[in-house]
Amino acid sequence: MSSPNAATRQLRYVDALAEAVSQEMARDDSVFVFGLDVDDHKSIQGSTRGLLDRFGPERIFTTPLSEDAMTGVAIGAAMAGMRPIHVHIRMDFLLLCMNQIVNMAAKAHYMYGGAVKVPMVVRSMIGKSWGQGAQHSQGLHSMFMHVPGLKVVAPSNAYDAKGCMMAAIRDDNPVIFMEHRLLYSTEAPVPEDPYTVEFGRARRMLEGDNITVVGVSNMAVECLRAAELLREVDVSVDLIDPISLVPLDIDTIAQSVARTRKLLVVDNSWTSCGASAEIASQVTERLGGSGPLQVRRMGFAPTTCPTTPALEQLFYPNPSTIAEAAYAMARPNGASWRPDPEHAKLAYQAQFKGPF
Amino acid sequence: MTSQYTPEIVARLYRSLYFIRRFEERVAAIYPSDKIKSPVHLSIGQEFISVGVCDALRSDDAVSGTYRGHAAYLAKGGDPAAMMAEMYGKVTGSAAGRGGSMHLIDTKANVLGASAVVGTTIPIAAGYALALKRQKTDRVVAAFFGDGASEEGCFYETLNFAALHKLPILFVCENNFYAIHEPQSKRWATDRFCERVATFGIETRKITSGDLFEVRDTTAELVDKLRRGEGPALIECHAYRWREHVGPNEDYDQGYRPRSEMEPWEARDEVPRIAALLPEAERAAIEAEAEVAIEAAVVFAEQSPFPAPEELYRHVFA
Repeated sequence: MSSPNAATRQLRYVDALAEAVSQEMARDDSVFVFGLDVDDHKSIQGSTRGLLDRFGPERIFTTPLSEDAMTGVAIGAAMAGMRPIHVHIRMDFLLLCMNQIVNMAAKAHYMYGGAVKVPMVVRSMIGKSWGQGAQHSQGLHSMFMHVPGLKVVAPSNAYDAKGCMMAAIRDDNPVIFMEHRLLYSTEAPVPEDPYTVEFGRARRMLEGDNITVVGVSNMAVECLRAAELLREVDVSVDLIDPISLVPLDIDTIAQSVARTRKLLVVDNSWTSCGASAEIASQVTERLGGSGPLQVRRMGFAPTTCPTTPALEQLFYPNPSTIAEAAYAMARPNGASWRPDPEHAKLAYQAQFKGPF
Repeated sequence: MTSQYTPEIVARLYRSLYFIRRFEERVAAIYPSDKIKSPVHLSIGQEFISVGVCDALRSDDAVSGTYRGHAAYLAKGGDPAAMMAEMYGKVTGSAAGRGGSMHLIDTKANVLGASAVVGTTIPIAAGYALALKRQKTDRVVAAFFGDGASEEGCFYETLNFAALHKLPILFVCENNFYAIHEPQSKRWATDRFCERVATFGIETRKITSGDLFEVRDTTAELVDKLRRGEGPALIECHAYRWREHVGPNEDYDQGYRPRSEMEPWEARDEVPRIAALLPEAERAAIEAEAEVAIEAAVVFAEQSPFPAPEELYRHVFA
């Protein structure tokens, strides 16, 4: 390394989150972290590790199991000039906060004519596998995308996790920060110094000509593996990770689709009224009249998430099903193709090596 | 009780009380003209609570009100012209025409924004109080809400959190016995409200007299405690909503409550009672001054422009 400022090292997603928060708390006294378990010995899978020792119990503290009121507390503190980070160990628990998030956090700046700001980060983690089931697995981002006034981000790698967290903390608006449990152990080169990943700028993870694939949250990683499999059969994927869903960089996606004329959106949620529907419809509105366009969405099966692995594996898109779907779109006149499932399965353990 | 009050304080209280009463009566008078396109929840009859509480606060203390929040806004020093303009939907309104009567705010007067979703502002007020405590100030927050709001889960969640963290917040329950049209007897298993709250370790006071001075004295005593960091307190203050839930009229002909319930409150109305404590000339001067200011607020509202079309998209994000 020529200069310490340029120093990067492989860092896990979970450690990148903790580092971002720690650096922002050191920079800005108004930042504090609260939520059930943020100060216990497990420290939210390690994502708040070290913060209590460094910043003390006034800035890192647990809460009663009162998600509704605690969200209000965050909003009130934010209106008074602080920058709260409210942590939820599962995204499903945000349903207990909907009144405060939707009726107050999202609307306050507008409804009060710009008189107040609500700079707060709502951290939430999505679970998957090992029996997470109906109420520990939900990707509820589209519910928040629906409401003006909320920003929604879903970083898929450690580099974006740190940069998005720093941007979220510095943002003057409420930011719903969607994390994925299975991404926590994935590593990427992460700068030691503070930096921000700007919202509203998608990342092109792979450049390709045959089909545009958009992957949201950990589905970006699953799509990356699918693209590797597709390369073996000479299908090249233009793979895009939106990173932030609100604001959404539809320009980058639409420019890609203008070239490929084929769009597959893979979301870590249900497709109905979801982020995938939004992305597909925005692209269709832009490009629909300009020539043939092929659009497909993939996401959770339209069921509640089951716990048994026998059914759960059918609930989610995976690199094999994504590759199969993309191949069918890219080679509509060819024979159907599905990668060897054993080969594809390795993708779950394969570590992300971004950023791109 | 009144003997300890200097003429200056009595005059100040009357100035606020009379102003709010007349301001809302003016709103009610304008309402049929359809110039105010905003659902109004009048506090007429309940103003003494806001006046008593706010008079015991400092200007740098904050209040959090409700959609029935005209009184708290005005009593805390919220700008009446901006409020009237807000109800007219004008760009000069307190929320630049985006909030209306139910979302009044005045950051200069430390009036936090009001909400139309019952109970929603209670935890927000506690969050504000948390920030004041973390910022090592001795400022406090008074959070107004109604008896209906006390039925929301977030109320109890907030009591617990505020007591646990000894937050400088005074909870003020304006108990007018009705949630929209439903009487308390159909909503509460018991009326031992203060006892419920006290189990959180929160000091409570119940005021049933309708006496503005009792409200002010009680607030002053509890606010001292808050400033010393001794944790939150609550006042349950009985009152009666003279007008309909929403709108400018009386509604005793609707059959859900008899006028006889209101009459004792009308008979001990604080507006004439406190007026009578003042020398006639001073009373008349205060009233004349209020009428001028209210007229000025109406003129300001009427003459202010509506927001330009492009304003629709402003302030979605900060």
